[in-house]
Amino acid sequence: MTVLFGQLFTGVSIGAVLLLIALGLALTFGQMNVINMAHGEFIMAGAYTTYVLQQTITGAGWSLLVALPVAFVVAGTMGVLLEILLIRRLYARPLDTLLVTWGVSLILQQLARDIFGSPNVQTRAPELLTGNIALPGGLTVANNRLFILALALAAVVALTLALRLTSLGRRIRAVVQNRDLAAVSGIPIARVDRTTFFVGSGLAGLAGVALTLLGPIGPTMGTNLIIDAFLVVVVGGIGQLKGSVIVAFALGVLQATGEYLTTLSVAKVMVFVAIVAFLQWRPQGLFTLRTRSLA
Amino acid sequence: MTAVAGPPVTDLAPDASPPPTVRRPRPRLRAAAGFALGAALLFAVAPLVLSDFRLSLLAKYLCLAMVAVGIGIAWGRGGLLTLGQGVFFGLGGYAMAMHLKLADAGPGQMPDFMQLYGQLDELPLWWRPFASPWFALPATVLLPMAVAFGLGSLVFRRRVRGAYFAILSQALAAAMVILLVGQQGTTGGTNGLTDIQGFFGYDLDDPVNQRTVYFLIAAVLLALLALARQLVQSRYGELLVAVRDCEERVRFLGYDPATVKLVAYVTAAGMAGLAGALFVPAVGIISPALIGIVPSIEFVIGVAVGGRATLLGPVLGAVAVAWARTALSERFPGTWTYLQGGLFVLVVAFLPGGLASLLARRNGLGPLARLGRRRTEVAG
Amino acid sequence: MSELDGLLIRDLRVSFDGFTAVDGVSLTVPSGDIRFLIGPNGAGKTTLVDAVTGLVRATGSVRFGTHELLGRPVHRISRLGVGRTFQTATVFEELSVLQNLDIAAGARRGWAILARRRRGVPDEVAAALDTIGLAGHAEQPAGTLAHGQKQWLEIGMLLVQDAKLLLLDEPVAGMSHEERDATGALLETVSRDRTVVVIEHDMDFLRRFARTVTVLHAGRVLSEGTVAQVQADPRVQEVYLGHPVDTGSAPSGGE
Repeated sequence: MTVLFGQLFTGVSIGAVLLLIALGLALTFGQMNVINMAHGEFIMAGAYTTYVLQQTITGAGWSLLVALPVAFVVAGTMGVLLEILLIRRLYARPLDTLLVTWGVSLILQQLARDIFGSPNVQTRAPELLTGNIALPGGLTVANNRLFILALALAAVVALTLALRLTSLGRRIRAVVQNRDLAAVSGIPIARVDRTTFFVGSGLAGLAGVALTLLGPIGPTMGTNLIIDAFLVVVVGGIGQLKGSVIVAFALGVLQATGEYLTTLSVAKVMVFVAIVAFLQWRPQGLFTLRTRSLA
Repeated sequence: MTAVAGPPVTDLAPDASPPPTVRRPRPRLRAAAGFALGAALLFAVAPLVLSDFRLSLLAKYLCLAMVAVGIGIAWGRGGLLTLGQGVFFGLGGYAMAMHLKLADAGPGQMPDFMQLYGQLDELPLWWRPFASPWFALPATVLLPMAVAFGLGSLVFRRRVRGAYFAILSQALAAAMVILLVGQQGTTGGTNGLTDIQGFFGYDLDDPVNQRTVYFLIAAVLLALLALARQLVQSRYGELLVAVRDCEERVRFLGYDPATVKLVAYVTAAGMAGLAGALFVPAVGIISPALIGIVPSIEFVIGVAVGGRATLLGPVLGAVAVAWARTALSERFPGTWTYLQGGLFVLVVAFLPGGLASLLARRNGLGPLARLGRRRTEVAG
Repeated sequence: MSELDGLLIRDLRVSFDGFTAVDGVSLTVPSGDIRFLIGPNGAGKTTLVDAVTGLVRATGSVRFGTHELLGRPVHRISRLGVGRTFQTATVFEELSVLQNLDIAAGARRGWAILARRRRGVPDEVAAALDTIGLAGHAEQPAGTLAHGQKQWLEIGMLLVQDAKLLLLDEPVAGMSHEERDATGALLETVSRDRTVVVIEHDMDFLRRFARTVTVLHAGRVLSEGTVAQVQADPRVQEVYLGHPVDTGSAPSGGE
């Protein structure tokens, strides 16, 4: 029971990381129909930001606290640069964007290798986050995983409120729902796109900071995460955040339980089969914005 | 239908350009000449000018080119960006390698690595059929085709397409690699199946036999090119382009686009499987590192560089990229990665038709400029 | 002609997330008719065609000939002889006019034919090329055709497809006067052995070529009859903001 609970909670925290990554992807994919494979490298950028900050700020707690906003800005800026330099030119060719950003991701990975070296590096976790919290019934939850869960939920709440309440949020939703109509209604599409890219990439940076709490970080850390995060978006559906939230946690838990019951590799295959099966039922994803006509 | 007799419709746009009566100058003759030239290069020139070592490298590149031919059909013609061709390459490669390992070990024996890592007393059940060449050889092609058929018929019928399909195909590659690595005792894990000695009784260390393997590979590549040409120029080839450009419209004409796409995807998978099977005797190894996410997407770059919608572009692109990789990555591994990333960015973003589009001749394959036009999307 | 060959719609309903776009429409279009569907934007015209062709889910009944269409996938409905065009001309831009028509003609071809190359021009394709006046443009990429020509190509694709029911969504939008006349004449020709349903905003075009008219409003049938009957209907005049129908062509928005 305690082992299963531990696995479940691990799954939830994996889901939280996936969620942070997938939120950004859902935003950019939903709004611009763009598949950004370099999103994984924004995670890495966030993680290395934490690592660099720890070289100067010695207190692990302080450096983590500073790393959160800094990583957000660093990754966000990288996203905006990518949008301005390349992606903007490719909005009409979503599949090509996927390949172009893959090229960018190769370059960024190599850049990280040249700067920080190929081997993984370890960051220090703040003391506060190394322990466990004991729950009644002999169950425990690890502090670092609890922190990640809180971070992801905070991001969801902040994003939801921003989309609902701010004028920028309304603009973003308008562009997601009908790009052309939003454009002729006087919404500055290009600026909205850039802002979305900033926020989405920034969230990947936060995910990178979170990942430093779970293990060592390295140049290729984004590659595997990005596929899982894309699967979250595919299954969750685009245009609405709740799909990503539900599916990220479901995927995390499914994988952790599968791993508990069988092995990691079999669990991966099971998850893949489950996703294909799910798409038989809902090919457009869990939630989707409906539009009416073909042409 | 009954021919409708001359209605009063006149041609109202006389200023529009007159019909370009482009009669391709004997396409068959030109194709035959092209194939003859290709055959001469592969069978006469290359073996003469290249050392044994270079020739075996070329054999390896030609295997990658076979995968590229399939991607050219699925992606270039059908718009199916498949980022998981490594899976099919791997299935073909593993099927062949399993047979060769069993043949190396001798009847009733287990492959060497199983005694090393696996606490296995006997051969796993699913290995046994591969002892027979009558099972293993067809399996190298049919197994990948079956997997592609399974995944394809599930996702195409439900209209999962575009980026969704690309991501799913990539996830399949990720899952397959993790599965292979995880089952070390029976698959060789990260190492893969290595140290393959013989190829149907011939010693692969013998340069003469290596040369024969090269000739076999070159012949298969030419055959696949001929098949691809037939496919692309057939009515089916035209239909496939139509599906790529506007799937919904094709549906309203009474076709099921899922079937059209499935044929292209399964064909590409079969070609990748065959390539993987021939890769094993040429290189002597098959491993997860050769078939995962990264190699799978690298298959695509050769196609993009050469020209995705042309017949020869993918082949030349794949060989060129693989050659550049060998030439550069050993001495400057970092530089190669930058170069590869840069190639992706430059070619796909700024030269979507690949190098082939630099050759002004259209080759009757249609303009590539609007290749990535935003497709009409439909909400189901 | 017997009604069996025509289009029979009974109590058709389509709703999207609670919004009812088509609200219990019943319609009978006999074979050989040229029926115009008109109505303000949002009346449900295109949705009705979408439902008939299987693009959106609907309840009720749509029979064409002896076949019930509802519940069948799009390509099966098409094979029963139902063809349609779209508001924005949708042709395969990178393929030639000839290739476009050849593909449209081939849904019943077996794999043995598909696997071979096209040689020459099939008879029905040659006939359609003449009918739509594009014989001189056979080898031209469809993407380079003029707007009106693309729409004729679409109609030509329906002809070679051997569609017995043609559903045309704003076929003359954006056409010049001469092109409209030619299109109208084309419709009269093809309607000899087919059923034609046209969605159109252009009232001048309607008056000249409609045999019967159905007015849709808010997802329901408001009025039906000949052009004169419909124009005289006070309910129709009311829907069109108190003016008679002939206030000219209402600008057609996307629907």
